Amino acid sequence: MGFPHPSDPRETVVLSQYFGDPGARTYQGWVERGGYQALKKALGMGPEEVINEVKASGLRGRGGAGFPTGLKWSFMPKGDGRPHYLVCNADESEPGTFKDREIMRWTPHALIEGCACGAYAIGAETCYIYIRGEFTEPWTIMSLAVKEAYANGVLGADAMGSGKRIDIVLHRGAGAYICGEETAMLNSLEGRRGNPRVKPPFPAVAGAFAQPTTVNNVETLAAVPHILNRGAAWYQSLCRGNPKSTGTKLFSVCGHVQRPGNYEITLGTPFSELYDMFGGVPEGRTLKAVIPGGSSVPILTADEMMNTVLDYEGVIASGSMLGSAGMIVMDNTTDIVYQVMRLTKFYAHESCAQCTQCREGTGWTSRILQRMLSGQGSEADLDLLLDLADNMTGTTICVLSDSCAAPVVSGIKKFRSEFEAYITRARQPALIAV
Amino acid sequence: MTAAAHPPEEAYQPVFVGERRAELDDLFTKYPTKQACLLPALWMVQDARGWISPEGINEVAQVLELTPAYVRGVITFYTMYHTHPVGRYFIQVCTTSPCGLCGAEETLAAILRETGCLELGATSPDGRFTVVEAECLGACGFATPILVNNDFIESVTPDRVADILRGYV
Repeated sequence: MGFPHPSDPRETVVLSQYFGDPGARTYQGWVERGGYQALKKALGMGPEEVINEVKASGLRGRGGAGFPTGLKWSFMPKGDGRPHYLVCNADESEPGTFKDREIMRWTPHALIEGCACGAYAIGAETCYIYIRGEFTEPWTIMSLAVKEAYANGVLGADAMGSGKRIDIVLHRGAGAYICGEETAMLNSLEGRRGNPRVKPPFPAVAGAFAQPTTVNNVETLAAVPHILNRGAAWYQSLCRGNPKSTGTKLFSVCGHVQRPGNYEITLGTPFSELYDMFGGVPEGRTLKAVIPGGSSVPILTADEMMNTVLDYEGVIASGSMLGSAGMIVMDNTTDIVYQVMRLTKFYAHESCAQCTQCREGTGWTSRILQRMLSGQGSEADLDLLLDLADNMTGTTICVLSDSCAAPVVSGIKKFRSEFEAYITRARQPALIAV
Repeated sequence: MTAAAHPPEEAYQPVFVGERRAELDDLFTKYPTKQACLLPALWMVQDARGWISPEGINEVAQVLELTPAYVRGVITFYTMYHTHPVGRYFIQVCTTSPCGLCGAEETLAAILRETGCLELGATSPDGRFTVVEAECLGACGFATPILVNNDFIESVTPDRVADILRGYV
């Protein structure tokens, strides 16, 4: 549902069915709503069967990369005798994205159930849920729910009487966007600085504590119980003609919109339909641009966006990425140069600083844009920014650097005249306080 | 951090005694290494003392069998650990792009004004508030979200600020 707004009939409500319903938060309430049936079912299946069901559903990672979940699980070694770990990525920090927060706030047991199913499938006895430090309310709610799950025998040495041990441990982050990158998260979990690791080895080979590990996003894991309950074929059928993008997805809509919130729609829905659901931009204004997948993806113009189909392939075809599906909507009052600068400032603040291209690139990009905004821009700045962006793309351990380059390159490409206007007006008194 | 700026606490009282020691010992059973308990242990110190002093760092290092330099290195990576005292109420205001589009700068200005904090990161003269900008608090549909210690408050607009602050004395 379009929480905090009433559900729209055009939504396909699966994960968000109980958003806004405090009764769903308790163990009792969750069981009354059909909770923990999927886990029971999973524990009665072989781990391989669970993986195959998820594979067949077409579920892809909801954190941003869109990697097929069942395939990721199948990379975990079998019968190796080593401890395996599942790490749930609840470090939601991507500007524009606020869906995992709602899943944890309203349906904590859905996440616990998904984590338990996932842990069982990959042969892990322990699942760590890494929750960002700023999420104080989800932390409190999740802590209570985990306690309840232990008290009711869902978790522990004999999970639901299966004889299998499944433990869930909540781990609190402490303020670092980069810890949402899976290998940075593993370092942070181990009590280190959150620097991303060089891959390979991939987590399935050597992840948490150098053991085989799978990292999955909150929304991905929360979808698993629904797939097990209702079957892979049902999930596959939630599709608008593109069998590579199946199921529902929570779209976080924010910025200049009439009704911000999370909208759960079937992948493949046209953006124009979602636009109607959130009521478009404020009255009297027109749509200017949208960043469709959290701040790390290229900006799309209003025309590009209105013709976009919202699934993994559709957004790529429009020149951006679905990412985490955090939609930052900007109307005609938006100063694109300022917004691009603000995004680069975010990345400069969040760079872990281990790669030169990122540490220097994010900082200088942000400073050049601030200089441009203060009326001190020069003709050479646009080429310099694009050159910097080129050096920042595909050259670093993780993609934070690429993410900073994305709004700069797409911003200059699509709104070049706005950048040039600042340069032309340069050497006049400051136009905007930065 | 220099010794002159932050004189040692007069008689440092260890944090990890009694219940908190038991809590830490319980944490040890949940991870394969003691080092993995570093972030949780630092949270325990900050929750107990309001900040993490050099003596606190030494104690954490000692209980986790790490060096103080290593612990300090980890602390400085993260934004939420305080290595100096802050106001009774630590306020984080989200000003990242989505909230920025919805007027976060005005909300921040109102908070700085109403708290009497003259600038970001400074503590108000009465010791009540410290205000900082936070990068994306992950509640973009509820612009502008702020955190007052552990209270997460959504949809803060300049006209709500005075009312909200009255609840924190």
